[in-house]
Order: sequence, then structure tokens, then C-alpha cells
Amino acid sequence: MSALVTEAAVASEGPDGRRRRRPVTGSLLVGGLIVALVLGMALLSFVWTPHDPTLVNSSARLQEPSLEYWFGTDKFGRDVFSQILMGSRTTLFVGFVAVGVAAVVGVPLGIVAGMGPRWFGELLMRGNDMLLAFPALLLAIMFAAVYGASTLVAMVAIGIASIPNFARLIRGGTLQVMKTEYVIAARAAGRGPFAIGLRHVLPNVSSLVIVQASVGFAIAVLAEAALSFLGFGTPPPTPSWGRMLQESQELLSSDPRLAVFPGVAIAVAVLGFNLLGDGLRDRFDPKLEDHR
Amino acid sequence: MAEQPTSVPLATPGPQTGPANAIDVRDVTRDYRRPRTSLRHPSPPVHALRGVSFAVPQGQRFGIVGESGCGKSTLLRILAGLDRPTSGSVAIDGRDITGLRERRLKFVRERLQLVFQDPMSSLDPRMRVGDIVGEPLIAQGHGNRRERVAELLEAVGLRADAADRYPHQFSGGQRQRISIARALAPRPKIIVADEPVSALDVSVRAQVLNLIADLVDELSLTLVFVSHDLSVVRHVCDRVAVMHAGQIVETGDTEQVYEDPQHSYTRRLIAAVPTLGKALSGVSAADLNQEYRP
Repeated sequence: MSALVTEAAVASEGPDGRRRRRPVTGSLLVGGLIVALVLGMALLSFVWTPHDPTLVNSSARLQEPSLEYWFGTDKFGRDVFSQILMGSRTTLFVGFVAVGVAAVVGVPLGIVAGMGPRWFGELLMRGNDMLLAFPALLLAIMFAAVYGASTLVAMVAIGIASIPNFARLIRGGTLQVMKTEYVIAARAAGRGPFAIGLRHVLPNVSSLVIVQASVGFAIAVLAEAALSFLGFGTPPPTPSWGRMLQESQELLSSDPRLAVFPGVAIAVAVLGFNLLGDGLRDRFDPKLEDHR
Repeated sequence: MAEQPTSVPLATPGPQTGPANAIDVRDVTRDYRRPRTSLRHPSPPVHALRGVSFAVPQGQRFGIVGESGCGKSTLLRILAGLDRPTSGSVAIDGRDITGLRERRLKFVRERLQLVFQDPMSSLDPRMRVGDIVGEPLIAQGHGNRRERVAELLEAVGLRADAADRYPHQFSGGQRQRISIARALAPRPKIIVADEPVSALDVSVRAQVLNLIADLVDELSLTLVFVSHDLSVVRHVCDRVAVMHAGQIVETGDTEQVYEDPQHSYTRRLIAAVPTLGKALSGVSAADLNQEYRP
């Protein structure tokens, strides 16, 4: 029994946090910084913008960038920099709504499909595949036609179209978790399916949810830009990066900077969310752990 | 047990002590269907268990030995009410559990607990040790959880502050102790251990084996211990059943089976146990296989 005590003593010292702190990867860092920048811009726009972003000023139309107008002005004399700041709010709002709708429906759906009987899961997934085959933008345009064009309607549509991505991913994760011995142990302990789903499956697929959410965020931002560009997204006068792009197109040859600023903003934000998603996956995915 | 379908040496139940056997397995078969690979014929089923019968009286330490893939784990899942036999019946404390719905299996969940092979995958990586050990208590509505968890951790040789830490902060042997603590939490009468030491370093095996043996004695539990390693079973069990290809080929007192194996498969298993003498005389595993092939 003395050997037992020795091991127990070592146990309490333990290799504390042996593998818990993984190095922060470049993509996580850069992605995080960009997302923080977008978030900072949105917060800033609540307290300060250089000019009123919706103020039409006919005496200051199509100004070049200057100290007064950092990014210049558009054809109505509105300050582009202020619009970019305000537009970041729309971008974040869009991401949260779309990802929220997709995750709130998709995650439970995936868990139920993974925990239920096999035929039930297959049935849900076939329905899922059908939804997956339907183009997200088309669904959003249909919604806009029926309910009127607004940011919220467009993003609920994008969210609905993103449900299958979540459901399929989470079902895969759930199937894996359900095969583990800790779930069998929980069943043997008398845990019901609801408790197993909530206490074991959900925490163990949460990293998948986070990764998919950041990728979905990027998709939603891009979709909002596309829809606003087509006129089915954010209606004027609310500033939106996508609509700024659309308004700039007739002046593309004379004033290309009007397209460059919102274009760069969209590209950087999408890149940021994608990098963040990648970085989070590297950090969370246990399957990648052994390969580094 | 009049009709005993297995032709090979009888799987005789142990001596009857007390009112009912802790575990009574009668003629259990379990077939798995494989997906079709041909349009004309369905795939032949896999017979994981074919007519397994044995009984474990209260308080006995019963070993099941066999190579991987012989149906041991399937048998355990059926014993624990986590899988259903294709035919045959299983009784725990004299009550038939075959075909019962989950709701009616509550008494099995209270009386029978499992210890798993791989201490890495049998503990939820996202749960604190205290919650893991306390899980059966929550599931079965016991009170005084914190006290009981501390008491259990102490009983398996861990400090009480282990409750606030995560499984990956412990070594394999320590995790297996956590697993044992969880199994003991609801005060079960039967512990079913599925290769509890085969994933561990040889150096901590003896410690965990002794811990299991001591706890089983102390709490007068019934133990079903499954292993592919006859020497491990010999260390812990009174009786042993040897499984091969989904059947029990031999049952007997551990020492008797070890000293005087009746079935050729048992003889091969025993011959495969490495000893110092054999190693010194230069016998390799390949030689053993040829020497003892029936």
C-alpha cells in the first residue's frame, strides 16, 4: 500500500496545466485584432463620428480625402469615414443575427439528430441536405420580396440558410461524443438523454460551435454586402458597407476611392473573422493536437 | 440450466450462496447486423456472443478472460443494461433485466457500476473531477454530494482538492482512480471492470489492481473483472471464465484453471503469459504459438 500512497502524493502535485496552454497562433492573433478593430469601430460610432454620416451636404460633394474629411465625401457630400464607422455597426448586427439564428436552431437540431435513433438522424439530415442545396442569397431575396427589404429580414434569411452547416457539423461532433466511454459511463450512472445532451455533448461540441460561428459571421457579412449591393439588404439611409459599394459604382471611373474604402473594409472584416475561426479551430480541435 | 447449448466444457454456475446470484446470465446471444454489401444476399450477421451462460454469486470476484474481439465488451454492455441480447436472459440480483425499458432499469443503475479500460476517454474532459465523481449521485438524486465526493476521492487515494481540477491534469493511474471513485459513488453492490489496467503503465498496474481488490473486500462488493491478461485476473479473481469467439470455453476456480487448464485455448492463453524463465531460455511469442497450437 505504500506505493499507492506515493502515487497519490505525486497526484496532488500533478503536472499542472501540462497541455492546457497552447501557444496563440498567428491567425488567431491577427483575426482577433481585426475583429477587435471592427468591434472598436462600432463602439466608437456610438459616441463619436467626425461628421453626421447621413448628413447631405451639397457644398461638399465628392471631396478628396483631407483633414476635414479623412476618407473624402460621396456624391451627396456625406463623410465616407463616418459612414464606414457607422457601417461597422450594421456589419456586426448582421453577423450576430445571422449566426444567432443559425446556431440557436442548428445546434440543438444537430445534437438531437446525433443522439436520436439512426433513422431519425438520417431523416433530419436528408431534410438538412435539401435546405443546404438552396442558395442562401436566393432565399434572402425571396424573403425581401415577401417581407420587404430590411437588414433584419435579410439576415434572418441568411441565418436560416446557414442552419444546415451548423446542424451537420454538430451532428458529426455529437456522434463522436456519443461513442465515448464517458457517455456510456453517464448512461450507466442513470443519466437521461436530456442531461447527457446538456452536460456532456454540448460542452464537448462547443468548440465546433465557436469555430463555425466565426466562419458563419464572415459569410453573413459578405452576404449582407451582396444583398445591400443588389438593393435587398439594408435600406438607406442606414450606412452599410455593401450599399456604399453599390452607390459608388456609377462613379467608379472618376472616383474609385468611393469603392475602395468600403471594399477594403468588407474584405478585411471577412478576413478577420475567417482567421479568427481558423485560429480557434487550431486551438480547440483535439484532433489537430497530436500533429503539431 | 438443464439445456446447455455450448458443446465445449460446461460453463457451470458458481456455488449458490445467499438468496440470489448477483449476476445470472443464461444462454445469451448477441448478433450484429452488418450493412448489405450485395443486392441479392443480406450480409451474414456477426455472432458476437453465442450462448453464454454463467452465474456470479454475491461477493465473488469473477474474471472473464479472452483475446480482443471475443465478445467480452459486448457481454459487459449487456450485463450493464446498455445493450440488449438477441436472445437469452440476464438477471441482476435475481431480477431479469432483459428487454426492460430504461425507466425500469433504475435498480441496475444503482446496483451495478462500470470501470472502463481507457481512463483518457472515460472521463469527460470538460468536467471537473468533482462533477464527474458526483454525476451518479446527481443522476440518482442523492444528497450531500460534496462530502461524499471528498470521501470517495480519499478512498481511492486522491486528495480532496482533486475535485476542483480537470481530468487531463492527472496521470493515467490517477484517472483510473477517479473512474473507480465514480463507480463507487452510488454505493453499488456490483462493480464491472472492463480491462481496468490494460491501458496503464506496468508500474501503476499493481497499485490500481490492489486498490480495486481492497475496495471490493472492504465494501463486500461483487466484482466482474474482464481482461485479456490471465496473470492480471489471477491476481484479483476467485473464479474465471475463459471466452473464445463469443463462447465461454472453460470456467473454474482461478488457480485450478491456471494450474490445470482443460481447454486447448486456455492452455494457449496460459502459455502466452511471459515468465522470466521462458525469456531467459530464449522463447519468443512465435515459438509459443507453434508449440501450443491444437
